[in-house]
Amino acid sequence: MAKITFIEHDGTPHCIEVADGTSLMQGAVSHNVPGIEADCGGAMTCGTCLVSIPPEWLEKAGRRSDEEAQMLQFLGCAADNVRLSCQLIASPDLDGLCVHVPESQG
Amino acid sequence: MNLEIPETPRRIVVVGGGHGGGAVVGFLRQYGFAGTITLIGEEPVAPYHRPPLSKAWLKGDVTVDGLALKPGPFYSEQNVELRLCVRVESIDPAARCVALATGERLPYDELILATGAYPRTLPLPGAGHHNVMTLRNLADAEKLRGALGPGKRLAIIGGGYVGLECAATARALGAEVVVIEKAPRLLERVASVPISAFLQRYHERHGVGFALAANIEAIEGTDRAEAVRLADGRRFPCDALLIGVGAAPAIALAAAAGIACNDGITVDDDCRTSVPHVFALGDVAKRPHPLYQRALRLESVPSSMEQAKRVAAVITGREPAHAEVPWFWSDQYDLKLQIAGLPFDADELVVRGDPEADKFAVFHLRDGRVVTVEAISAPPEFFAGKKLIASGKVLTAAQLADLAVPLTELIA
Repeated sequence: MAKITFIEHDGTPHCIEVADGTSLMQGAVSHNVPGIEADCGGAMTCGTCLVSIPPEWLEKAGRRSDEEAQMLQFLGCAADNVRLSCQLIASPDLDGLCVHVPESQG
Repeated sequence: MNLEIPETPRRIVVVGGGHGGGAVVGFLRQYGFAGTITLIGEEPVAPYHRPPLSKAWLKGDVTVDGLALKPGPFYSEQNVELRLCVRVESIDPAARCVALATGERLPYDELILATGAYPRTLPLPGAGHHNVMTLRNLADAEKLRGALGPGKRLAIIGGGYVGLECAATARALGAEVVVIEKAPRLLERVASVPISAFLQRYHERHGVGFALAANIEAIEGTDRAEAVRLADGRRFPCDALLIGVGAAPAIALAAAAGIACNDGITVDDDCRTSVPHVFALGDVAKRPHPLYQRALRLESVPSSMEQAKRVAAVITGREPAHAEVPWFWSDQYDLKLQIAGLPFDADELVVRGDPEADKFAVFHLRDGRVVTVEAISAPPEFFAGKKLIASGKVLTAAQLADLAVPLTELIA
């Protein structure tokens, strides 16, 4: 279980618990967090579940796969700290993570 | 000064428990709607992702819970009353209420119709046999799953997305598959020639047989479909027959209530129907698309999501998001097909990459601007194409085709 805080672009925080092994996207969808749209349900097809994470969490969050990095580059999000939340899997390591949700997806 | 205070809706009824219906209730809560929401679905399960039905779900790679759009507790947590296995019999727009098959009448301040589409079938004798199937919902998929396996023979009528996705899955499960299509090529209405040709080759390489430009004469068999016979005498024996010849909008409920329909429920930019306080969204809605200056009925998850956001924004008085480039996807074998834009009046076709490498994209241009991109296992080209469609940047075919010109440069 990881406590994750999603911060909307207007600053509204949503603190939720995400079960180990499930993606942060799934957690956000389950709790109706605004701004995480996840049209494709986690198939890495749509690019509508973007979040940015603080640099100090990058290592714990794990590296982006080539596929994810490629998608992000063409979504205009080449910066290292932008991730597809469907590719971030909850674990005790991520407990306490705060992510920012962009104003619009895709 | 306008002293009229707009009426604040208190009760919203959503008819249809598909992707659009499931999404709009979530957006309404996200946007701060605090009144009552009732979501009515005919199926016994809460809204779920339909795209995996022809793929991961058929293969057993995902459970019913895994398909769910939102987890079980979501609806009670969001204070959404979920009424499943219930049919709406009629709408009374004057009294602003819907009548359920149970005899109940539910009043509404705003009604949202998300009734979706149902699979078309064929007016052929034998099309009603128990082993003749269509695929739209979980019950259909469950039935189809029972008909697939090593050595089973599946005939598929229709070389569209449903037919091709099921063909790929059936092959993966060891079934013998033939796809029978009346057009001279696959995906004729929705994909370009290079994509059709590539997919046909790819499926053939995986053992799928094709009968194109096929004129079906009969479904043979007395109490079950035993074979499909063509007018040219060819005969395809089968254990099960899947009909994937498109879907028709479920407009009966709306039409009976006097709501204007024409190949779908006619709606405006804000998804309002011809009747006050009634919206329609998703596969059933035919809406003027701001990017194409024409009314379109798009059967896709992204389009449902966009319309669901729009309706929720309109009802809650929020600024709606700007129009999005429509897009679609399909997965077949290990291929990821992504399409953005609609190729109206395109005058040039450019292939970037090598189809022989199973990885390429087709760009459709009009007056030097990209209007559509079809990408096979090429997400960068897809996302770059989507950006180019939105920006309207003028490019030459040579630039697009030249792999030495990086995509980042093309979109800059």
